[in-house]
Amino acid sequence: MATLLRIFFFVCIVRPLIMIIIGLNVFDKRRLPLTGPAIIAPNHNSHLDTLTLLSLWPISKINRVHPVAAADYFLSNPVMAWFSLNVIGIIPIERQKKDPSDDPLATSSEALERGDILIIFPEGSRGLPEIMNSFKSGISRLAERHPAVPIVPVFMHGLGKSLPKGDFVLVPFFCDVFIGEPIYWQGSVEATMAAYKNSMESLAIKCDAPVWE
Amino acid sequence: MLSLFRYPQLVAVISAIIALLLFVHFILLPVLERLGPDLELDKLESKIRFWWVIVFGFLAGVVIGDKFLLILIAFICFLALKEFLSITPSRRADRRVLFFAYLTIPLQFYWIWVGWYGMFVVFIPVYVFLFLPLPMTLISQPTGFLRALSLLIWIIMTAVFSLSHLAFLLVLPNSLNPAAGGIGLAFFLVVLVQVNDAAQFIFGGITRHRKVIPKLSASRTWSGLIGGIGLTVLTAWLLAPWLTPFSSIEAIGLGGLVAITGLIGYIVFTAIKRDLEFEDRGTMTPGHGGMLNRIDSLVYTAPLFYHMITYLYP
Repeated sequence: MATLLRIFFFVCIVRPLIMIIIGLNVFDKRRLPLTGPAIIAPNHNSHLDTLTLLSLWPISKINRVHPVAAADYFLSNPVMAWFSLNVIGIIPIERQKKDPSDDPLATSSEALERGDILIIFPEGSRGLPEIMNSFKSGISRLAERHPAVPIVPVFMHGLGKSLPKGDFVLVPFFCDVFIGEPIYWQGSVEATMAAYKNSMESLAIKCDAPVWE
Repeated sequence: MLSLFRYPQLVAVISAIIALLLFVHFILLPVLERLGPDLELDKLESKIRFWWVIVFGFLAGVVIGDKFLLILIAFICFLALKEFLSITPSRRADRRVLFFAYLTIPLQFYWIWVGWYGMFVVFIPVYVFLFLPLPMTLISQPTGFLRALSLLIWIIMTAVFSLSHLAFLLVLPNSLNPAAGGIGLAFFLVVLVQVNDAAQFIFGGITRHRKVIPKLSASRTWSGLIGGIGLTVLTAWLLAPWLTPFSSIEAIGLGGLVAITGLIGYIVFTAIKRDLEFEDRGTMTPGHGGMLNRIDSLVYTAPLFYHMITYLYP
């Protein structure tokens, strides 16, 4: 039932919205891994980010792609929790550790072991639209446990203009999606994050977006 | 299917173009690919794809009804407006104002739908022009106000107002063009624009070094311009008895008008792209984008062609 609803939601609502109202320019789409395990690490500007990314995969693969999302936000009320878990297919993550012995990455790690594709936003939250925040190191810590799993940097531009945080009026702008070369565990968390940051910055330069301030 | 016989001459012309396209797509193109692998065939392929869209769009317009084509043109305006807003700088604070810019499309096409010419022709140049600054002053800051406003007005005038004249051809009274109706006139215009574009491409290479505007464009040469005018005028003369009420002289004049003003549209949009330091993003990627490259000549030819017709056939 939930799977049917999920397919219906993506085929009839998300894809028309993303393809027709927004419009995607995807660069280097061949770098997008079609089979897991893999970590997709995009910048975060808008609620549309997750939906846009999910529409990059063929509909047959969508059951194997899971956005990792904040439990405190998406599980805050039962309707949103049901929708997030069953239709979007999120893997909830606790942003604040309640207990020092908790492992917030455990569920993500299990999903990678099952061969799933995870979408993790290293910025943590959407923040100011079209401005990159500092990155949290969760992706590197996962890479440390799974050194063979690629981290694919993805730079997106435009969705923060279309639907920024705290606004509900959708104003269509084209969305550019730049997919980078995969990065693997570099021996230390710092080195892995530096490689990721480097890659994101070069993708941002490649994007060369018009002024918006 | 009965509606196919509404305008038999229009259907005949569309069928002839389909036959020609089939030949180019499945015989000429593979031969060219075989002959010269280094020929720049991507551009030719994308032009042929656009021809298919036009042909089937108008065929659907004949079968389903003119209103279908009207919605299709509104959608093209939407894509052009979105592309224009996406490639130009804008102010963060004006986001909501841009929402109003999008709202002009359904309104403008509503006036066309109901055939309200008076409103269609003043809505954007008068009402939007005078009142769009108001929300901009209320929502956003004065820094960069004039620049943002002028840019937005220019974008709406070209992507919505100018282009929508193509749709207004559809609702012209049938008595004006008994042979093929408003849809025939719109098809006539679109075919001429595309023929001119194709001719620039075909004849442009004959004198590669003699450029019309050396500062701006390397692809538009004098041979392209002359060949474009020649082929467009010839096409206009050939098609006019099938699709329009025009006499030979009128057809030749309108063909020349389309060829010359279409080139002006191309030049102006090339200047814009140069200013934005933005070369042809549409061809960098498959799929979306590139609508502005398709409509640059129509922005000029559609209103001029429209007003020339209403002048000749009041």
